[in-house]
Amino acid sequence: MSTTPSQPVAEESQRERRQTIVNDFSIQVATPNGSGSQSSNNVLMRSIFQMGIPVSGKNLFPSNIQGLPTWFTIRVSKDGYVGRKKEIDILIAMNPQTAREDVENLEPNQVVIYDEPLKLAKIRDDLTFYPVPFTDLAGQVISNVKLKKLVANMVYVGSAAELFGIDMEQVEAAIGKWFEGKPKAVDFNVKAARLGAEYVRDNLEKRDPYQVKSMNATQGKIIIDGNAAAALGCLFAGATVMTWYPITPSSSLCETLIDYLNKYRLDKDGKATFAVIQAEDELAAVGMAIGAGWAGARSMTSTSGPGISLMSEFVGLAYFAEVPCVIFDVQRVGPSTGLPTRTSQGDVSSLYYLSHGDTKHLVLFPASMAECFDFAGRSFDLAERFQQPVFVASDLDLGMNNWMADPFDYPDKPYDRGKVLTAEDLDKVEQFARYRDVDGDGIAYRTLPGNDNPRGAFFTRGSGRNEQARYSERPEDYINQLERLARKHRTARKYVPQPLLEEPEGAQIGIIAYGSTDVAMPECRDQLRQEAGVETAYYRIRALPLCDDLRDFVERYRDIYVVEQNRDGQMADIIRLEVGENSPKVHKIVHFNGLPIDARFISDAILEREKSVGN
Amino acid sequence: MTRKPPSQKVNRLGLPMTEYKGLPSTLCKGCGHDAITSQIVKAFYESAIEPHRVAKMSGIGCSSKTPAYFLSTAHGFNAVHGRMPSVATGAVLGNRSLVTIGVSGDGDTASIGLGQFCHLLRRNVPMIYIIENNGVYGLTKGQFSATADKGAALKTGAINDLPPIDCCTLAIEMGCSYVARSFSGDPKQLVPLIQGALSHQGTAVIDVVSPCVTFNNREDSTKSYPWAKEHEELLHQIDFVPHFEPIEEVEYEEGESKDVEMPDGSVIRLRKLERGHDPSDRRSAMRILEDTRGKGELLTGLIYVDPQADNFFDLLNLGDRPLAQLGEEELRPGPEVLDEVMKSLM
Ligand SMILES: Cc1ncc(C[n+]2csc(CCOP(=O)(O)OP(=O)(O)O)c2C)c(N)n1
Ligand code: SF4
Repeated sequence: MSTTPSQPVAEESQRERRQTIVNDFSIQVATPNGSGSQSSNNVLMRSIFQMGIPVSGKNLFPSNIQGLPTWFTIRVSKDGYVGRKKEIDILIAMNPQTAREDVENLEPNQVVIYDEPLKLAKIRDDLTFYPVPFTDLAGQVISNVKLKKLVANMVYVGSAAELFGIDMEQVEAAIGKWFEGKPKAVDFNVKAARLGAEYVRDNLEKRDPYQVKSMNATQGKIIIDGNAAAALGCLFAGATVMTWYPITPSSSLCETLIDYLNKYRLDKDGKATFAVIQAEDELAAVGMAIGAGWAGARSMTSTSGPGISLMSEFVGLAYFAEVPCVIFDVQRVGPSTGLPTRTSQGDVSSLYYLSHGDTKHLVLFPASMAECFDFAGRSFDLAERFQQPVFVASDLDLGMNNWMADPFDYPDKPYDRGKVLTAEDLDKVEQFARYRDVDGDGIAYRTLPGNDNPRGAFFTRGSGRNEQARYSERPEDYINQLERLARKHRTARKYVPQPLLEEPEGAQIGIIAYGSTDVAMPECRDQLRQEAGVETAYYRIRALPLCDDLRDFVERYRDIYVVEQNRDGQMADIIRLEVGENSPKVHKIVHFNGLPIDARFISDAILEREKSVGN
Repeated sequence: MTRKPPSQKVNRLGLPMTEYKGLPSTLCKGCGHDAITSQIVKAFYESAIEPHRVAKMSGIGCSSKTPAYFLSTAHGFNAVHGRMPSVATGAVLGNRSLVTIGVSGDGDTASIGLGQFCHLLRRNVPMIYIIENNGVYGLTKGQFSATADKGAALKTGAINDLPPIDCCTLAIEMGCSYVARSFSGDPKQLVPLIQGALSHQGTAVIDVVSPCVTFNNREDSTKSYPWAKEHEELLHQIDFVPHFEPIEEVEYEEGESKDVEMPDGSVIRLRKLERGHDPSDRRSAMRILEDTRGKGELLTGLIYVDPQADNFFDLLNLGDRPLAQLGEEELRPGPEVLDEVMKSLM
C-alpha cells in the first residue's frame, strides 16, 4: 500500500500543497561517499532536534570508501515515531551520479532541493523543485577546492533551514557543537549556512507544505548511536580486557570505548586499569577474551556476523569450560559477506546455538539507546553469574545510526561477580568441586588462577570431566555435566532482561518483536488501530532463553505475528519450538532487504493476512 | 653457594619436589613429552616458583595434555587446537602476576596455530612457550606436521614432500626475545633453559625435539630419539644462577664464557664451545640456524636472547595490580563522568 492516494488530480494536489504539514516529514540527503556530508547532515538533524522536535537519522552507505552514493535520512516526527519511514518527502540532491534516479523514484508532490547545475527540474513536472547553486555559493566562502566541496554541504543546511523554518540560531549552535574547538571551521561553515539561507530568501518562493515549528519534546534528551551507547555501558560495567578485530558495523563500538577508557579509566598514577588489544583476527579476539575471563577480569570483544562464525569453536569451549566473557554482535546482512553496510537480525539462531554439540547461550536484544547502554552493563554481570559467554545482539541500524534518547541512568547496582570462592572461602567448604551443582541452580562455584589455597586449583578443559574437573569419559559424568548446563540455562530465564508486555483491552492478536524491530512497533500498532480498528497486544523479547510467560501470551491470543529482520523468521522458529502445540498460531513477518523495517510494512502484512482469515 | 637446596629435599620455599608434580602421565611409555614434563618440574622446583602463581596453558595434542602432569596445585587451561596463544595472552592480561607457561605441539604451533604463535611473539607476551616437537601429529595417530623434514617417511610409508618450518628461525624473525632449542633427552641443558625463560620478561620460546616413540621413531627421522641423541650439537654449556644466589666469580677463562644478565638479576651463564656463538647477536643467531639447517646437526642451546626487549605491560601502560583484582571503585567511573558525557551529547 502506498501512503499517497491514487488520484494525482492537478487541482487536488494543488490544494494539498497549500496545506501546511508541520513537524511530520522526512528529508533525504543524497551525496557521494566521502564528500564530508556527515557534518552537514548532523548539523541539520541537530538543529531540528534543538528546536524541541523528535528526530531520528539514518545513514545508508555503500561498502566503499569513496565515490559511491550515500543517503542520509532525517525523520521529523511530532508524534515521536523514530522508525524508518519509507517515503521521502524532501530530497536534497547533491550527487550527480544518482540525482536522476533519486528524483525518478519520488512519489508525486514531493520536494527536491538540488545543486543547480544538475538541471533536475526538467525531469518531472509533478514535484516541487528548488535549484540552489551550492558549489558557487561555497566558492564565495572558501577557494580551496577540497574544502569547497565540504562547505557546499553546509550551504544546503542553510537553504533547507530557510525553506522549512529551522531557526538559524539553532543551526549556528549545532555547527558550533560539531566543530567544537575549531573556530576557523565554525566560522566558514556558519558563513556557508547563512549564504544558503540568504540565497533562498532572495531568489526562491516557497511552494511546499513542509514546516518546522518549535516544540518541547526533546528537552534534556541526547543524540547518540547504539555503538557509543554500548561502549559507555561497557565503560561503567568495568570492562577491563577488550579485544577486537575491525569489522563494520561493530568497529565504532570498540573505537569509542577506547576513547572513553583512555579518558576515564586511568588510576591516580596515570596507569591504565584496562587493556585493549587489536587482535590478529576474531579467533584471537575471542580467545583473549576467554583467557582474561578465566583469569577473573571482565572481558569482552565485539564483532559482526563473519566474526561470529569464526568464533564458533572458541565459544563452544567457553560454554563447556564455563568461562565468562561478553561478545557484542552488531549484526549486518549475511550470509557470507552479504551486504556489509546494511542492517539485519540474521544471526539470531547462530548466536543462540553457536558451536558444535549441545550448546545454548544467553543472548540479549537491546532495542533502544538506553538498552544498548544498560544491556552492555548487564551482560558482564550475567557472564560472571552464569560463567559463560553472553552475546549482546545489536545491529547496524541501532549501532551506527543517530537516535534521540533520554540521558542514561547511572548504574549504581554493585557488580555481580558470580560464585567465586576465595582462598578463605575454600577453607570453609568441605570439598571444592569445580563442576558440582551445590545450590541446585546449575551454577557451580569457581576459583580464579592465583588462588593460594592448594584446594582451589583445577584444570579447565573442553573435554569430558567429572564434578572435580578431572578428565572423564564416563557416560554418567558426561550426562551429569550436560544436564547441569541445561539446568543453568533454565535458571538464566529468571536473570536475563525480562520481556515487556502491552496488553490493551480488546486485543485479539498479539505481535512479538525484538531488538531494533521494536522501534517501528508504536507507529505500526497506531496504524492498525487508527486505520482498521485492529487492537494488538505486544510482547517484546529482550533475551534468549525465552521466558516462561511466552507460552501464556501465545495462548491468550487468536493469532501471533512474529516480526523480525531476516528471511527465515529465526526467532519465530525458536518460539514455535517453545510453544509446541500452539505453534500453528505463530505467523512470520519478515523483512530482509537490508533497510531498517518500517511500520507500514508490518501493518500492511498484518492487515493482509487478517483480511484473508476473514477478520 | 650457601643456599643450594640441602640434599634435594626442599627448595628455597621449603617445598619438596613432589609439590611440583602432577597427575600420572597417560602418554605412551617412553614419549619424549614425559621427559620434558620432568624437566619442567625440576626447573620450577629449583627456581622456587610458588605453584599457585602459575598458569599452565595448552592447546590440543599429546603435548598439550602434559600440563596436567606437573604443578597440580596450579590452575591449568587446555584450550582449543592451535589457539592457546590468544587464551594465554588474555590470561596474562587478566592477571599479570601469574607465571605463565604454555606447552604446545608442533602441529598445534606450526600448523593450525601458526598465526597465533607469530602474533604472540610480536606482542612479546611474558610467558614460556615450550614446543614439544616430534614432527608428527601424535594424538591423531601419526600424520605429518609442518615441522616434519622433507623426505621423511611415516610408519605407513608416506613421504613428506614439503619443507619443514623451523620454529626457532620463525621466532627470531617474529621478534621473539628468547629463543632456545633443546632435546627432551638432555635434562642438563633443558632445565637451565627453562629457568632462564622463567626469568625472562617477554615470550620465551623453547623448541624441544621430543620423539614420538609410537608414530615417529624411525632411525632416520630427525625427530627420533636415537637420531637426536647422536646428532645433538651443544652451542654452549648452560648454567642458570638464580638472582637470590650471590653471583659467583667467573669460573671460566675470559672469552670462553658469557653471562647473560636477566632483568630480575639472575644470570644465564654460557660456556662457549668451539662455535663461539653470541646469543645477544640477532644476525649471528639467524646465521647459525641457517648454517646448521640440513647439515645433519641438532643445534641446541640458547640461540637468541634480548633481555631488554620492550615490555608488553609497559606498552599497555598497565599498573602493577592485576586487572582481575581491581574492584568496582577502580573500574566504575563516578556519576560525574556519565553526567559529563551526557551533557556533551545534548
Ligand atoms: C580444530 C581441530 N582440528 C583438528 C583436531 C584434531 N587434532 C587433535 S590433536 C591434533 C594434532 C596434534 O599434533 P601436535 O600438536 O603435533 O601434538 P602431539 O600430539 O604430536 O604432541 C589434531 C590435528 C582438533 N582437535 N581440533
Ligand atoms: S603418540 Fe607419540 S606423542 Fe603421543 S603420547 Fe604416544 S609417543 Fe607421545
